[in-house]
Amino acid sequence: MTALLDIDRILKRFGEDEVLKGVSLSVRPHEVVCLIGASGSGKSTLLRCINGLETIEGGEIRLEGDVVSGPGVDYTALRRQIGLVFQSYNLFPHMDVMRNVTIAPMKIGGLGKRPAEERALALLRRVGLEEKAKAYPDQLSGGQQQRVAIARAMAMEPKLLLLDEITSALDPELVNEVLRLVRDLAEQGMTMILATHEMSFARSVANTVCFLDDGQILEMGPPEQIFESPREKRTQSFLRTVLEAGQL
Amino acid sequence: MAVDVDALPGGVRRLAPPPRSLALAASAVIGVAAVVAGAWILPLRAVQALDASADSELAATIIAVAFGALATLLFVPAIHATVLSLRSRDLESDGDIVEARHIAARSCEKARRALGYALAVVALLSILLFLLANDAAIIETFLSWEQITRSAADVVRAFWLNVWIAVVAECLILLFALTLALVRLSPSRAMAPLRWLAIAYVDVFRAIPLIILLYLVAFGIPIAGIPFLSDLPTTWLIVLGLTITTSAYVAEVFRAAIESVHWSQTAAAKSLGFSTLQTSRYVVVPQAVRRVVPPLLSYFIGLQKDTALVLVVGAIDAFGQAKIYAGNYFNLSSVTFVAVIFIAITIPQARLVDYLLAREARKTGMRRL
Repeated sequence: MTALLDIDRILKRFGEDEVLKGVSLSVRPHEVVCLIGASGSGKSTLLRCINGLETIEGGEIRLEGDVVSGPGVDYTALRRQIGLVFQSYNLFPHMDVMRNVTIAPMKIGGLGKRPAEERALALLRRVGLEEKAKAYPDQLSGGQQQRVAIARAMAMEPKLLLLDEITSALDPELVNEVLRLVRDLAEQGMTMILATHEMSFARSVANTVCFLDDGQILEMGPPEQIFESPREKRTQSFLRTVLEAGQL
Repeated sequence: MAVDVDALPGGVRRLAPPPRSLALAASAVIGVAAVVAGAWILPLRAVQALDASADSELAATIIAVAFGALATLLFVPAIHATVLSLRSRDLESDGDIVEARHIAARSCEKARRALGYALAVVALLSILLFLLANDAAIIETFLSWEQITRSAADVVRAFWLNVWIAVVAECLILLFALTLALVRLSPSRAMAPLRWLAIAYVDVFRAIPLIILLYLVAFGIPIAGIPFLSDLPTTWLIVLGLTITTSAYVAEVFRAAIESVHWSQTAAAKSLGFSTLQTSRYVVVPQAVRRVVPPLLSYFIGLQKDTALVLVVGAIDAFGQAKIYAGNYFNLSSVTFVAVIFIAITIPQARLVDYLLAREARKTGMRRL
């Protein structure tokens, strides 16, 4: 099967600091890829490079065979096809939930108000927040806000969804409602790349797990291999640390 | 509950004594007594010195007595503080330290309140004496009812000019200042020269005193004979002058508000596929505008008052009209009336904005606007 997304030895620097040192990754349609690794290993930066929020200094990113990195790329068009959900939800606080979910399809997708609201209602039903359509973000719990943020990203009907540690800012009792939703999306065939610290979730939902360390993908493979018989010493020690922290 | 202090082991956990409340209570009584004496004696003496009709003198005497009577109420908290302080001392000697502390704290609070209110009475007393000084000359010069009613119709009619100038200038300022702020914050390299110009504009026109700029614009432009501009009536040139200066300030208000919208909002908008302009239009500016409202109102109130400066370029606004009456009758009450009009239009605006912000906060649940 041809890849939906091809990341080819990309380099990213912040000043002197090399954050990504030649990362390569291929994502097939309907695949769920989990990025694990310590904070600062480059997971978030990698996601932000994929949708062009960060420019890369070397290498190439291709979406369905077309190069989508470097100058001359229509990044606004690219981002319509790649959704990104943030750790801190980043809902628009001055809009109610319905407006948050409909504004992009209406202003960018050219959808009329009626079809946009129908699509939004269907999505809100899917994330279990149909009755919150008139609420404002500050009136919702963190878990509810994150579910709205997922619905907002899905409203653009992206080919690929990037999830950047979307449960890290949540109270523990709210984590599961969000993870359940991500699992639903995976089962429905959504192609996703997740940066996550939820190891047991990564293990159960991912097709491929990548362990990032110091700006490189140190080890990549199916979850059973990464979690049960990691080859690299760094992977082993990372997993041991996480295990001790009670997250596995 | 009485605590047997001596029973505490080794005196280690000895209770701290109550605050020393008696000295404070005593000074409250003494201070209040002095203020009350002044509040009775000074206004009555000033009233006796008035050279007024029997009716006016009776009215003034009633006011003076009422003032003294109200001031006498200061004794209530002062004496209460003393009583509480004495009770606290009794409780302390009985060994009930905790209760003594409670009572002493209440005593201190009462004494402080008596002194604070006494200071307010002193301030009001000063104002009253000022109004009554020199045979109530202040009241006659600034607050003559006869002069106010004589000039009111003309002054209110002339005030329309102030309102018109302010409203038109405010609309233009909103547009121009927002444009300046957006240009200044534009990240694009192509905008760099415009960005420098916007910065220079703000620096220059914030520095020029408004009165000088108005003078230059309103007198200079007609002389210069520039097409279109020189044909504008003086009122429009005044609007232009006010817009030029105030926009420089308001642009900075907008800039601060736009910069205060967290970058993650921009990231979220861009991730959905919004262009830079759309991100400003739908996400950043609407949030910035909510934060801009209180400081913007301050600048607009300032602008409304600055409309009185049109006097220097010869336009007859409310102040100009009132000055004519003031000159003709050698009495400033008509000008006081203009001041009262400005107060009357400013305070409702402030309350309206408070109300709108509170309503918005209730609706969205946003605490910080």
